[in-house]
Amino acid sequence: MEVIATRPSTFTKTPFTYCPGCLHGVAHRLIAEAVEEFGLINKMAGVAPVGCSVFAYKFFNFDMAQAAHGRAPAVATGMKRARPDMHVFTYQGDGDLAAIGTAEIIHAANRGEHISVFFVNNAIYGMTGGQMAPTTLPDMKTTTSPYGRKVDDIGYPIRASELLATLVAPYYIERVSLLSPAEIIKAKKAVNKAIQYNKEGRGFTFVELISTCPTNWGIDPVKSRDWARENMLPFFKVGCFRDKGEGVE
Amino acid sequence: MSKVLMKGNEAVAEAALRAGCRLYFAYPITPQSELIEYMAKMMPKVGGTFIQAESEIAAINMVYGAAGCGKRVMTSSSSPGISLKMEGISYLAGSELPAVIVNVQRGGPGLGDIQPAQGDYFQATKGGGHGDYRCIVLAPSSVQEFADMASEAFELADKYRNPVLILADGMLGQMMEPVEFKPAKSAEEMEELGKQHDSWCICPNEDGDSKHHHEINSLEIDPLVLEKHVNQLFAKYAIVNRDELRYEKYNVNDDNEILCVAWGTASRIVKSAVHELNCEGKNIGLIRPITCWPYPYAAIHAAIGKKVKQVYVFELNTGQMLDDVKIAVAGKVPIKFWGKVGGIVFTPAEIKAKLEACF
Ligand SMILES: Cc1ncc(C[n+]2csc(CCOP(=O)(O)OP(=O)(O)O)c2C)c(N)n1
Ligand code: SF4
Repeated sequence: MEVIATRPSTFTKTPFTYCPGCLHGVAHRLIAEAVEEFGLINKMAGVAPVGCSVFAYKFFNFDMAQAAHGRAPAVATGMKRARPDMHVFTYQGDGDLAAIGTAEIIHAANRGEHISVFFVNNAIYGMTGGQMAPTTLPDMKTTTSPYGRKVDDIGYPIRASELLATLVAPYYIERVSLLSPAEIIKAKKAVNKAIQYNKEGRGFTFVELISTCPTNWGIDPVKSRDWARENMLPFFKVGCFRDKGEGVE
Repeated sequence: MSKVLMKGNEAVAEAALRAGCRLYFAYPITPQSELIEYMAKMMPKVGGTFIQAESEIAAINMVYGAAGCGKRVMTSSSSPGISLKMEGISYLAGSELPAVIVNVQRGGPGLGDIQPAQGDYFQATKGGGHGDYRCIVLAPSSVQEFADMASEAFELADKYRNPVLILADGMLGQMMEPVEFKPAKSAEEMEELGKQHDSWCICPNEDGDSKHHHEINSLEIDPLVLEKHVNQLFAKYAIVNRDELRYEKYNVNDDNEILCVAWGTASRIVKSAVHELNCEGKNIGLIRPITCWPYPYAAIHAAIGKKVKQVYVFELNTGQMLDDVKIAVAGKVPIKFWGKVGGIVFTPAEIKAKLEACF
């Protein structure tokens, strides 16, 4: 029998802790495949966030550090500066990166730290049970916006990719979605590009991955993808905001 | 080696560089800014890394990352900034990472002022961050000692894989005294240092062994596993308590009538007063904890001797170390306390007057 796909060697055998239908697993796989494809297993280190992916340090089969909520870009900065020969990425949710860790991500990006950031945007706090995130959509109901997010009161969702693209230093910033096989293939290209640039030591790379949270949205996995397509993609438009390698400034 | 006249903040920075510190991350705050400025100037010259972080929170997390990579790394701040670092210090302790944190204390609470104070004793010795952990706390009383403690702090941090705090204050940071430095680490020593943590830290997997999966982590979701982890931390702390207690005895003898206890800058002023009283024929001694954690309870208890009728504690706060002295004295003799707050430093004459009233 011909083997078409196997578990990447860059994964441990630890089973994922994600809910059925959650796209964190897909995002993980893209990173694991990229690290494998670029032959970096012996020189890659990841920083796990606080959020549903808090256990990422158990899933990736290379060195991993667990960071405090939001602080992953600062931790990654310390790691990369201490071991310039290592390649470092962070994996962060929207609460982690765009709320408590806003300062850390902006300043790591602004310094042009030579790290890759994978930012999973599911418009909600997953791990803590479905509270409002900085990326929660207008009028979207969550446990802490039970009447819907009122933009007059609490502001508009933060578009992290666009925000970071105002900075001069970042080398590559792209938003992709994980909502269908075709989109996952595009996302794979973005993740690969980030890891490739990271391997080449080009600078700060950032990939935002539009994801779902079937559990906290209260929508089944298949429908949650449609919901994300209809509601998230108009606000969080996929596309490349910066790619110095391709001349996109 | 000859002595050089240097500010405390600069001396501790120079000593850290000589001790092999090649990464330093911090955010400016008075009265420790000379330290960050010195590092900004010197780090590039020794091939090290200096980053002025966006906040104290970011700085301590950069420390966490670099310490997790097994390198000698330091940060410094003053009281309000140290409060912000407490999250990271708890994570460092939980993940068992070696790092040195210098606190050049100033008056508080809140923004307080920028004068010397000792108001962060509780924070340093009793936690400060969340959870059950201890930091080794070294308290210098001279610029020389401040500098010496930099290398000692790195040794202790590496030995026990634990954060070490140097609890100085604005007076030591700002004052100039002659200092003699230890020689800088040689290239071979630096190479050794660079590899000493490779068995557990984040580092390249040189031999391509697929089992190389080093985790830097303080999360233990299973309560039984966390219980074991915390118990192991405390087994380690017990060894620190046994082997790393440091204190100074000044004229402590069996015939002492009064025993003073003071730490850091305050102890230095008390020492002057005690010295004067000794010269006048009064038998009075001073015990100065050099490690504020672990704390020299037994040494203080033993120093009470036979004739001590009064223990007197002096601090530049409202009596934070006093609690530890009470534990040490265990009701054996009465204890008095006198302190100054607001960033005001007492004089030897004031202390002498307080002590004279006890004879
Ligand atoms: C300092 C601190 N504040 C709050 C928390 C609680 N907390 C854990 S996960 C989380 C939200 C994470 O949401 P997100 O980053 O969107 O990730 P997701 O769970 O959706 O994957 C919060 C607030 C914490 N662990 N630490
Ligand atoms: S709570 Fe949401 S984000 Fe978290 S694992 Fe479940 S589906 Fe995924």
